[in-house]
Amino acid sequence: MTTIQQTGSQPPAGLNPIQWLKKNLFSTWFNTLLTFVSALVIFFVLKGLFTWVLTAADWTPVVKNLKLFAVGQYPIEEMWRVGTILAIVSFLMGLSWGVWGGTVRTFAIALAVGFTLIALLPFDLYPGNENQPDLILRLGFIAHPILVVMGYSLGRTSVVKSRFLLGLWLISFVLTILLLRGFEGNQILPRVATGLWGGLLLTFLLALVGIVASFPIGILLALGRWSSLPMVKLFCTLFIELVRGVPLVTILFMASIILPLFLPENLRIDRVMRAMLGMTLFAAAYMAENVRGGLQAIPKGQIEAAHAVGLTGSQTMLLIVLPQALRIVIPAIVGQFIALFMDTTLAIMVGLVELLAVGKTVLNSNPAWLLKDKEVYLFIAVLFWLFTYSMSYASHKLEVALGVGKR
Amino acid sequence: MIEETHPTTGDDIIICRDVHKWFDNFEALRGVSLTIKRGEVVVICGPSGSGKSTFIRAINRLEEHQQGTIIVNGIELTHDIRNIHAVRQEIGMVFQQFNLFPHLKVIDNITLGPIWVRKWPKARAEEIATQLLERVGIPEQAHKYPGQLSGGQQQRVAIARALAMQPKIMLFDEPTSALDPEMIKEVLDVMRELAHSGITMIVVTHEMGFAREVADRIIFFDQGLLVEEAGPAEFFTHPKSDRTRLFLSQILQHLEDFRCENWRKLSR
Repeated sequence: MTTIQQTGSQPPAGLNPIQWLKKNLFSTWFNTLLTFVSALVIFFVLKGLFTWVLTAADWTPVVKNLKLFAVGQYPIEEMWRVGTILAIVSFLMGLSWGVWGGTVRTFAIALAVGFTLIALLPFDLYPGNENQPDLILRLGFIAHPILVVMGYSLGRTSVVKSRFLLGLWLISFVLTILLLRGFEGNQILPRVATGLWGGLLLTFLLALVGIVASFPIGILLALGRWSSLPMVKLFCTLFIELVRGVPLVTILFMASIILPLFLPENLRIDRVMRAMLGMTLFAAAYMAENVRGGLQAIPKGQIEAAHAVGLTGSQTMLLIVLPQALRIVIPAIVGQFIALFMDTTLAIMVGLVELLAVGKTVLNSNPAWLLKDKEVYLFIAVLFWLFTYSMSYASHKLEVALGVGKR
Repeated sequence: MIEETHPTTGDDIIICRDVHKWFDNFEALRGVSLTIKRGEVVVICGPSGSGKSTFIRAINRLEEHQQGTIIVNGIELTHDIRNIHAVRQEIGMVFQQFNLFPHLKVIDNITLGPIWVRKWPKARAEEIATQLLERVGIPEQAHKYPGQLSGGQQQRVAIARALAMQPKIMLFDEPTSALDPEMIKEVLDVMRELAHSGITMIVVTHEMGFAREVADRIIFFDQGLLVEEAGPAEFFTHPKSDRTRLFLSQILQHLEDFRCENWRKLSR
């Protein structure tokens, strides 16, 4: 390799703030006009919004129903299960921070700060109950930063391997569903009917199940459509095109009304599961098309080189093609996951009480709140934005992290 | 086990008889017969579209021949995937566009085959990979990604990757055609060293200097046919067919121009 002799030259210095302003905001009279108009519009919108939020808005419907927004009708005496799950998430997030570092740090800290803020909220978290559970709840939330730090310290000791951690997350996901659901006739973990699940909890579960299950199914469908076996190819193509040709609402209705007609009496799956199934199949079809785009972007030479080295077809797929293809389509996949997260609101159509449905319920529950729809819907919108923005932030960081050495 | 349809074939490691290959209606190979001995270094040249690349790609079944017979190291290439697999394990291949795996580090590019195909333990595979990187002259690049290397370095990694499987045969498909002129030499040096090591080599190339110096035999392809084969001395001094003569005059003239131009640039 040749090294070029550096002569100690440096790039010219950047602009100072005033030069920057002049270059970017006031370079021409038209640009100056645009700057002033935009500044005025932003000023009045923000002023109006903040004045309303801080003075005119009445947040009682939100404040009084925090539990409803969080978990819906999930019984109060079983709330410890949700608390346990949150504790596991915080701990795992700390652990991931310790092992993976980087971007996870942002999320772990955000989680710790968020839970602390909830613990310090200046109003009753359980309106209508005696003070006891409220205090326990606050103590629970305030413990989260400690859990994150504990996880972090354990993660730093390099006892936990990266692959192992991924497995832990998957296990905790399965555990979450089992714990929330409970078991028929069990003393400690009685069955909680899924009809009682609601609010943010249900929104999360619908989205997470959809994301986690549709990912592998979508990859398999894409590989099937790409394969040279005619029957497999036909089946996958038919499935993808059929599902993609139908709106999600229709699929949810079909999963919820038509599916039970086909299933035998003893194999009743409940409403929430049916909605999850519908969302998973829908997401899988779109996922398959995204992955197919990535597969087609891999140069033929990569496959030939893998074959020439002696790899079998499936090894070539798993070691060479898929890792590269998936990296290419991360932005598309995350975009789809974000859409899926917001599409969970459609579950309202088949009678599930997810976040948006809780909002409607709350508004209808008290005649005095009927006109408070602005506050309730703004609250829901902000919640959705928080989570979708986190997802897109994570995706961006993931792209940067995986882009190593690829120019 | 692999069915050995043709037991020991003695000294002949590659036997091709009347090989035909069509791309849709275009006949790229029109009956090529060629036998290559163990340890022989064969250079194939010819104008573009003459079928020379298709031919060496058929030897490790990256292209499927539709008629004729190809027997590599006693194993006939048929539709039987086990035979194809067995043949590919004996053959290393180097491509014009390098085709390194961009998501894997240099060392992982090289150990991939030994670990997954030969089932070697990782430590042994890495040891061999390190030796090979030293042999091609870039041990310090082991933990970089291919995208961080120059073209010549990438091609040397590709050679190391092919050698890591300890093949009996090496195929080179225009290994220097995608390289900048100043990097051609470093790759040819590695290939020259390899040729003297006794491995069987088939090289498709336009590097006539390399061919004259290293080849045991030079083969000229044109329009899907093997037109001429001869030792380097005879090939360059007494080409039999007019087509060969024309090709040689064109390519040597071009090289001459190229050298003059470079020399002029350098002396300026």
